[in-house]
Amino acid sequence: MNAGLVILAVIALATLGYFVGRARALAKAGGDIRGLHSLPNYYGQTVFLFTAVPALLVCVGWLLLQPLYVEHRVSDMITPADIAEGSSQSLVMADIRRIATGLDTAVARGALTGADLSSLSADATDVRALLAGVGVALASEVKGSVLAAAKEYRAATATLKMAMSVVVILIALAGFVLSLRRLRPDFRARNVSETAIKALLILASSVAILTTVGIIFSLVFETANFFGLHSAADFFFGLTWNPQFRGGSDLGILPLLWGTLYVSFVALLFAVPIGLLVAIYLSEYASNRVRTIVKPAVEILAGIPTIVYGLFALITVGPLLRDYFAQPLGLGTSSSSVLTAGLVMGVMLIPFVSSLSDDVINAVPQSMRDGSYGLGATQSETVKQVILPAALPGIVGAILLAASRAIGETMIVVMGAGAAAKLSLNPLEAMTTITVKIVSQLTGDTEFASPETLVAFALGLSLFVVTLGLNVLALYIVRKYREQYE
Amino acid sequence: MYDAPNLGAKVEQKTNKIEANGVQVYYGDTHAIKDVSVAIESNTVTAFIGPSGCGKSTFLRCLNRMNDTIDICRIEGDIRLDGEDIYDKRVDPVQLRAKVGMVFQKPNPFPKSIYDNIAYGPRIHGLAKSKADLDEIVEKSLRRGAIWNEVKDRLHEPGTGLSGGQQQRLCIARAIATEPEVLLMDEPCSALDPIATAQVEELIDELRAQYSVVIVTHSMQQAARVSQKTAFFHLGHLVEYDNTSTIFTNPRDERTESYITGRIG
Amino acid sequence: MTDATSSGGATPRHSSSLLTQDARTLKRNAAESRFRAYGLSAVVIAMLALVFLLGSILHNGSSAFRQTFITLDVYLDPAKLDKKGTGNAEEIRKVTTFGYAPLIAASFEKLFEEEGIGVEGISAKKAGDLISKEGAADLRRFVHEDTTRVGETVSFSFLASGRIDGFFKGRVTMESAERDSNVSPAQLMLAEQLKEAGHLKTSWNWGFLTMADASENRPEAAGLGVAILGSFYMMIVVLVLSLPIGVAASIYLEEFAPKNWITDIIEVNISNLAAVPSIVFGILGLAIFINFAGLPQSAPIVGGLVLTLMTLPTIIIATRASLKAVPPSIRDAALGVGASKMQAVFHHVLPLAAPGILTGTIIGLAQALGETAPLLLIGMVAFVREFPAAPPEGFFDPASALPVQVYNWTQRADPAFVERASGAIIVLLVFLLIMNAIAIVLRRRFERRW
Repeated sequence: MNAGLVILAVIALATLGYFVGRARALAKAGGDIRGLHSLPNYYGQTVFLFTAVPALLVCVGWLLLQPLYVEHRVSDMITPADIAEGSSQSLVMADIRRIATGLDTAVARGALTGADLSSLSADATDVRALLAGVGVALASEVKGSVLAAAKEYRAATATLKMAMSVVVILIALAGFVLSLRRLRPDFRARNVSETAIKALLILASSVAILTTVGIIFSLVFETANFFGLHSAADFFFGLTWNPQFRGGSDLGILPLLWGTLYVSFVALLFAVPIGLLVAIYLSEYASNRVRTIVKPAVEILAGIPTIVYGLFALITVGPLLRDYFAQPLGLGTSSSSVLTAGLVMGVMLIPFVSSLSDDVINAVPQSMRDGSYGLGATQSETVKQVILPAALPGIVGAILLAASRAIGETMIVVMGAGAAAKLSLNPLEAMTTITVKIVSQLTGDTEFASPETLVAFALGLSLFVVTLGLNVLALYIVRKYREQYE
Repeated sequence: MYDAPNLGAKVEQKTNKIEANGVQVYYGDTHAIKDVSVAIESNTVTAFIGPSGCGKSTFLRCLNRMNDTIDICRIEGDIRLDGEDIYDKRVDPVQLRAKVGMVFQKPNPFPKSIYDNIAYGPRIHGLAKSKADLDEIVEKSLRRGAIWNEVKDRLHEPGTGLSGGQQQRLCIARAIATEPEVLLMDEPCSALDPIATAQVEELIDELRAQYSVVIVTHSMQQAARVSQKTAFFHLGHLVEYDNTSTIFTNPRDERTESYITGRIG
Repeated sequence: MTDATSSGGATPRHSSSLLTQDARTLKRNAAESRFRAYGLSAVVIAMLALVFLLGSILHNGSSAFRQTFITLDVYLDPAKLDKKGTGNAEEIRKVTTFGYAPLIAASFEKLFEEEGIGVEGISAKKAGDLISKEGAADLRRFVHEDTTRVGETVSFSFLASGRIDGFFKGRVTMESAERDSNVSPAQLMLAEQLKEAGHLKTSWNWGFLTMADASENRPEAAGLGVAILGSFYMMIVVLVLSLPIGVAASIYLEEFAPKNWITDIIEVNISNLAAVPSIVFGILGLAIFINFAGLPQSAPIVGGLVLTLMTLPTIIIATRASLKAVPPSIRDAALGVGASKMQAVFHHVLPLAAPGILTGTIIGLAQALGETAPLLLIGMVAFVREFPAAPPEGFFDPASALPVQVYNWTQRADPAFVERASGAIIVLLVFLLIMNAIAIVLRRRFERRW
């Protein structure tokens, strides 16, 4: 019985519980709802909650822990001899999982019977060919111990799945029966059900924390693995980025960091003045008519997905810059370049900078403007000498947020900046960024236990730390600034 | 009406600094000021009094064209400063506001140092030729704003750190620093406590020696204390305009009398 | 006020008349106009960027919605398709795609003979290259649907090959064909003749929206069907998960949460999650959902989960704002008649906040629909030709997604894919436009001012 069916069954039981509970409470009160402590619906709700929630929690917990347990059990069966040169424990485990799924498929398609399976041995049958027949391709021949481990894996998984179904359904039934027996007219159903709902609300808000924990856990864990395989000094201080398939790669973050910062710098150089001037013009100068046209248009710019900007960089801006600037000036021949990515990213950041600046400019009280005009200042003098200095902390915060956006942006640089890791000053040359390399190291067929793949997690962690730092700093500054006028 | 204003400055004779004739103000569809004519004399404190929403602040803001910053506001009629129509197309409101300074209801020091607050006006109008010049203007203005002694040791601290009363005197000093000819004050004491109010009122009285001061106030006692002339506004009309003593002791209009005796307002 | 020293008559230094502007005022006004011009030009640059961006996409992509078709009378020759002559459907199905190529060549031959069409050096077999490599497979599928038609002559509409299609869209010219190994000028001339004879037409291309992706060398057959379905599945997952979780979290934080450090941590968390780079969510998805929880790669369920986590902060922020906008008097009124706090929230506050929540949700979904980077990491970039099954199994089948499909096509060598990628962007933008329009209408219609 698969997990989806179990969950459906539990929900069906709980729904049944709702109606039974409701009817039963009414019946106990002699059909008169005035005899009940709470409305009949609440009695139904308590039954529903007691039936569904504990069972589903156990189910989810079980599903999460089961693979861990099975792998622990199976991994004892792998001897060091099974781990081939250049391979690792986790690669062998991955193989075992694939073989197990392959066997499942084979049985499901009738290529193998249960009896065949138990007598299946690596020496007698060509397991690799058998599995290839059902669409599971393996890199190497299957060793006896690995096949045994895979069979064990499969058996354990099946047993545990069965056990889970039974346990979960039993818990649901127990909840169903117990909660129905508790129903009495003076049972404070509303209070119970509200407490339970509140618990669910708290659970929902903890998803945010779980996500952060998940991010940190996944990044830190694999980064630690990476530093076990590759020197941290080379990663943080290495000046070359040159991953090799056969190990011995140079994986220095500095060229990537340089590319990232260079592209972000170009983007901000373009976006900050324009975004700021747009915000100033719209809030201080523009007539209502202009504002009703321009503001939504700027918002459209903000709502366009980054893939669109990426395509714009790839097919329009890149060739344009190459044909009209890079080649005539002899500065480069590549259509992807720092300038291409930077300019397009700058366009993407305009609405970001302008809407944040708009907020902070509007937070400057009107009395400041009046004070300045009352002294005979022109509008531009008021903007430059009173409003901007007053809004400065907020604007700095906005720029930091924009910088964090620029550093973490992926699609525009993947499609516009290029793939060559270089430490160069020429903005018309192709360079690459941290995010580009995360994508390129984690897509395609790479082994999951090699430093060349794991480096992506170290890059991700670096990216996360940098952007998080910028965000926290920016939010702090903006908050301080808001307090000033509240 | 055009008795040469420049001659009048020498002798202690009052001349008309600002003359308004038939001024109408509309906010969108609302008719806020209805046919107001008034003459503001030089070296005089003129008080505008009247119940809330009577248009006294609106009218005050017409005198240095602060209403220009409000899109929906429309002004008709004729306001002259020293005989020149301030709503003439050739007039730059920026130049006008340098001559007709304004102090607002809520103290609004810029989030800059005390020194920079005062120096802002002189800087934008180019009144100081050197740093020393500017220092002198700042000191003089702060002295005239009766706040020098309190702030002379912390000129480079932010103006927002002062108390409410100090902030308002700072704003007055800031307005004086541009050397205006007329000073408009929009309820300058409404956000202040009685002691700070007394200090500001005393200051207003001293300013009369050099400026013509127009003050909008809610408090009839304040109008009686500081002003020589009083204008009573009601529902957008200028009901009565006369010497302060006359208004408070012997008003001609019964609405004025009702307001002064506290029956309306 | 002893320090108000009588500093003597400060003579005003302003110009005496208001009607003339002094030099300084002129200079200041010039600076004012300059500054204004800077502002205006910034606005103009931003608007031009928008116009240029959308214009370039539309210009490149609109042709993807039109496609060149070649209509031929094909004799479904039993000698080729049913060699044993049994008419047995099973036997006919065994004929491979290669077996159909001669039929196309034969019908070209017939065309050349009957209508006098033909260009020197182009044999009927070479003329077959005018038709997409997908053409034979299409014909095969057609026969499989009804094997009894073997022996008949049917009029069949084939996709023209990418180069021929490009010729009629202006992408391929006679000059470029000289240098092109995939097409010759003679073939283009033949295509011209076919067009004059009415056998070749460029018409609306439904296939672009319904067909699955196609391989590297047959751009003309590549469609968005799998990608649209995959995106749709993901949006269902996102909606089903993020709306209840987001609303529940917002209700707790806004209405029930005590002011303590745990609440603070949650709030800081949410505002930071909103700013975490999207690619980091991809890494999370790869590490947690695929490697740890063992969910399949390329599956809409994983994409949906990742996008849910990304969308949650948006929905929570929007929901909290609309809950906050409901005035406390409504809660007081409900509590005043003896409702519990939970009842006050669910019966009164939540319905009043619903339009705002809905608007925020749609905007969050629109963001999720356009998100690309995290999906690359969880394997959505793989080449998927099979349509995923119906839900719920379909959630676990490999699928693509609209933005990823765009990226995928830009990585291919044939320039015809640029047109496809831009066309896919147009489809994506139309979806986003519709979603945002709904959000705006909802906001306009139900917006309430208290």
